[in-house]
Amino acid sequence: MRPLSYVRARTVDDAVAAVSGTPDSAFLAGGTTEVDLWRLGVVRPAMLVDVNDLPLADIEDVPGGGVRIGAMARMSDVARDARIVERYPGMSEALLLGASEQLRNMASMGGNLCQRTRCAYFRDGRAPCNKREPGTGCSALNGFNRGHAILGTSEHCIATHPSDVAVALVALDAVVRTIGPDGARAIPAGDFFLPPGDTPNVEHPLQHGELIVAIDVPDVPVARASRYVKHRDRASYEFALVSVFAALAVDGAGRVAQARLALGGVGTVPWRARRAEASLVGRPATAESFAAAADEELSDAVTRPQNAFKVPFAKRAIVRACGEVIR
Amino acid sequence: MGIDRSTAAKTAVAGVRGPGVEPAALTVNGATYAIEIEPRVSLLDALREHLDLTGSKKGCDQGTCGACTVWVDGRRVLACLTLAISCEGHEVETIEGVARDGELHPMQRAFIEHDAFQCGYCTPGQIMSAIALLREGNAETDADIAEFMSGNLCRCAAYPNIRAAIRAVRDAADDGPGGG
Repeated sequence: MRPLSYVRARTVDDAVAAVSGTPDSAFLAGGTTEVDLWRLGVVRPAMLVDVNDLPLADIEDVPGGGVRIGAMARMSDVARDARIVERYPGMSEALLLGASEQLRNMASMGGNLCQRTRCAYFRDGRAPCNKREPGTGCSALNGFNRGHAILGTSEHCIATHPSDVAVALVALDAVVRTIGPDGARAIPAGDFFLPPGDTPNVEHPLQHGELIVAIDVPDVPVARASRYVKHRDRASYEFALVSVFAALAVDGAGRVAQARLALGGVGTVPWRARRAEASLVGRPATAESFAAAADEELSDAVTRPQNAFKVPFAKRAIVRACGEVIR
Repeated sequence: MGIDRSTAAKTAVAGVRGPGVEPAALTVNGATYAIEIEPRVSLLDALREHLDLTGSKKGCDQGTCGACTVWVDGRRVLACLTLAISCEGHEVETIEGVARDGELHPMQRAFIEHDAFQCGYCTPGQIMSAIALLREGNAETDADIAEFMSGNLCRCAAYPNIRAAIRAVRDAADDGPGGG
């Protein structure tokens, strides 16, 4: 457990200046990832800049029917916000199916997006891991990889992204708003999570000292009937083996008019299932169509003996989630 | 929310504390204590090692077991993943603070009446979670109780009795004042 300096930021500008001006520093939000990985020796900040007092916890309506979620809003509060429950019930479910109530009370929405993988080789602080120590190799490729990704993998990393709510956010085309040393910018959620490729250590486009200040979720009428289905090894308080965010609109002829689908637990990033969405639109809203769409999405999955079960598992989960949203 | 500011002012970092020992003031169960801690000290270690409040337990020290559950500003959180220094200016409540005037809290009594523990190590965290659960209002069904207590593991698997204790306090509270 390395020594730490600590400073409590009073303004966003102070927080950004403190981290961007100090190489070995990091923001401290809920701490549920940062403190855990610091104690394990996986991350090694010399200074933590506490952003918990910043006025970024509000959830607000934005023009056009969307919602702006402050980066410091806690998972438990967002999950139960009346606007989130009404407009994006699948997102509320994703939040409530993540972690435990204690962790949801601590964890911030901005921090959730920045949480690190649960890959045991990443977390042990010693095994070769390209995400933790670039160039050392990936221990999971031929190791214990039952929980690992089958989509978006590379020969350098097959770790899954652990977030549930991020699965909903990519399906909803949310936008991540930041303030950094070079000013403010808006990053579509779909561009925020970077697949491992040759640089699994680079997980998002944030600069050092760039702080997530809000997440904008646009008005997505079809999401008012969305669902989040999560399957895991325990009944509760566990990361997903497979999860599905689904929102479908069905026309008068029983055909899928709109589809929003995203997967958790199977991708190196929260996985927008665009091929499945394209496959569904115009097809009858039936289990056969849902299965065909799942096949389409999973056709180039790269599996290993231990995690090959995730292909049929994900397919069944997609069929089930789609069936539940049209009921 | 001030999220559209175009640039951040470049200023020296003021108010940095540590990495050495720093004076800090922690408010726990209504009393404020002056202690000297390094910023890296967790709230759990500050409670146990500096304030001798050893009711909160260290099970996993990595946020997976719930034995260290305490309340900060009335919300249940994990003391092991909380830095003590970040709690300055906030109200911490622990298992030592739930009894009133020498009387056990109704949830403590219910845990005894329903034999809701065997080894007892997880019990302070279970009770802090259980009281908060009823305050949160998410304990309508046994399934709700199981789901919203899932952050507190019990290796003795006293779960049925824990749920019975929570049900008893919930139902007593429904019947009238004084239940908790």
